[in-house]
Amino acid sequence: MYEIIEGIAEAARLIITLDPGVMSIAARSIIVSFTATVAATLISIPLGAAINFGTFRGRTSLINLIQTLYSLPTVIVGLLIFLLISRVGPFGFMRLLFTPTAMIIAQTVLVLPIMTGLTISALSGVDTVIRDTLHSLGATRLQFLANVMKEARFAILTAVAVGFGRAISEVGAAILVGGNIMASSFSGSTRTLTTAISLETSMGNIPQSIALGTILLAIALGVNLVITRMQHR
Amino acid sequence: MQRRTIFAVAAVMVAFLLICGCTGTTTDPTPVEKQQLRIATTTSLDDTKLLNHLSSIFEEQHNAEVLIISAGTGKALEYGQRGDVDVLMVHDRAREDTFLADGYGINRRVFAYNFFILVGPESDPAGIKGMTPEEAFSTIREKGMADENIVFVSRGDASGTHSKEQAIWKGAGFDYAKDIQGSGDWYIEAGTGMGATLTMANEKEAYTLSDIGTYLAYKGDLDLVTLVDEGDILLNVYCAMQINPEKYPDVNSELAKDWVNFMISDDTQKEIASFGVDKYGQPLFYAAQNDWAKIGVTEAEVSVPIA
Repeated sequence: MYEIIEGIAEAARLIITLDPGVMSIAARSIIVSFTATVAATLISIPLGAAINFGTFRGRTSLINLIQTLYSLPTVIVGLLIFLLISRVGPFGFMRLLFTPTAMIIAQTVLVLPIMTGLTISALSGVDTVIRDTLHSLGATRLQFLANVMKEARFAILTAVAVGFGRAISEVGAAILVGGNIMASSFSGSTRTLTTAISLETSMGNIPQSIALGTILLAIALGVNLVITRMQHR
Repeated sequence: MQRRTIFAVAAVMVAFLLICGCTGTTTDPTPVEKQQLRIATTTSLDDTKLLNHLSSIFEEQHNAEVLIISAGTGKALEYGQRGDVDVLMVHDRAREDTFLADGYGINRRVFAYNFFILVGPESDPAGIKGMTPEEAFSTIREKGMADENIVFVSRGDASGTHSKEQAIWKGAGFDYAKDIQGSGDWYIEAGTGMGATLTMANEKEAYTLSDIGTYLAYKGDLDLVTLVDEGDILLNVYCAMQINPEKYPDVNSELAKDWVNFMISDDTQKEIASFGVDKYGQPLFYAAQNDWAKIGVTEAEVSVPIA
């Protein structure tokens, strides 16, 4: 119990003194997960819209598949990306392994199913009355989509929040494709809050682990405050 | 209103990044791209922070950036086999020989050694203090099967330490797969690095095999004590080797060569010999330079730089 309190106190100390090591790890977590979430959003919203409003064979099966992928383990995603970008893999020539870019790619792939699925459910939740009204007012395809999304924005922003949450809290993929490297340069290092917590815990440094965990939650709180504000516009 | 929020978020993030840039880590490469050296190494070498210490010296001398990826020896060998790193630093002679024979590695040099030790609770319920490693292992197994308080924690992760542990079981006359693995609750496979395994053994008041370096580095946090530290089988030899550029032309072989030569250079050997003395009262590693006969390698492997 005492260690948890010690950890929170340590977190406060690290933040107030702007401890450079911790700041760079936190910044990296934010950058990697934020970029991955944005990338996944840009893909999943159009994709979700296309699937939701599409009428093609296998649509239900596709939605089932997407929902099954909600349970995709992070290590499996990490392993798959690792195999693809390892030097002997198909994309080995891009030299992406053990770089922050690799972590962004892995987290984007990880978060894609859940954001797509939640977008689909958000859009399908829009009242048919509204949809019919849009059609009857003569909305073009684009206008229709834009307006339906506006109606569903609360649920879609929830999807973004969930996506970011999943990205910033995952360890498996980040460790496998990133390597948890602490190098002397910012861009050469691949240690994030979660991989650092994993390392500190395995070394038995409990207060440091809790401190890092507290910082991660503080970041998540900040991001979600922003999203909540956007939801209530 | 929405735009203002997005602007605020962006401003916070930019501020964050600026803070990081100003307070801390060294500046990123300017016009000339700093070369990067990727090293795959074992947890028992990395957890002691020896490599961090040496890599800062190397980075200054060579204007390069050293990226250390630490994993169990098995995983490190895998990275080497896939050409994902430039240098391999491991401590499993048998698997190294295979790796070299298969052509994945070249120019092995031995730079340090220390010893494995058998650690356990001070109360030593199995009474193994002072025994030979093989005897101690047998005793732990025999008594562990009868007494649920006697437990052995294995690395269980195909690491160099795990290989050594298996070698000791074999030396004691057991068939690892049949007599040890899954033979009872007395034998636990952790599947983690050395530090994490020691932490687990500490929690469970159990016995485990550790390299002396990691044990000393963690000693302050552990209640485990050294019970067996003598026996030829406990010798632990660390090597560094390049990944073969003929197999993987993309590896940074120049820098890899420099690193391996750096490891066996006189200055570095002195650094290694004195590492940890002020903090732990004894060195965590011994320099291989003068003890090549004692540790069973050739003089060339410890002193001849790669051309």
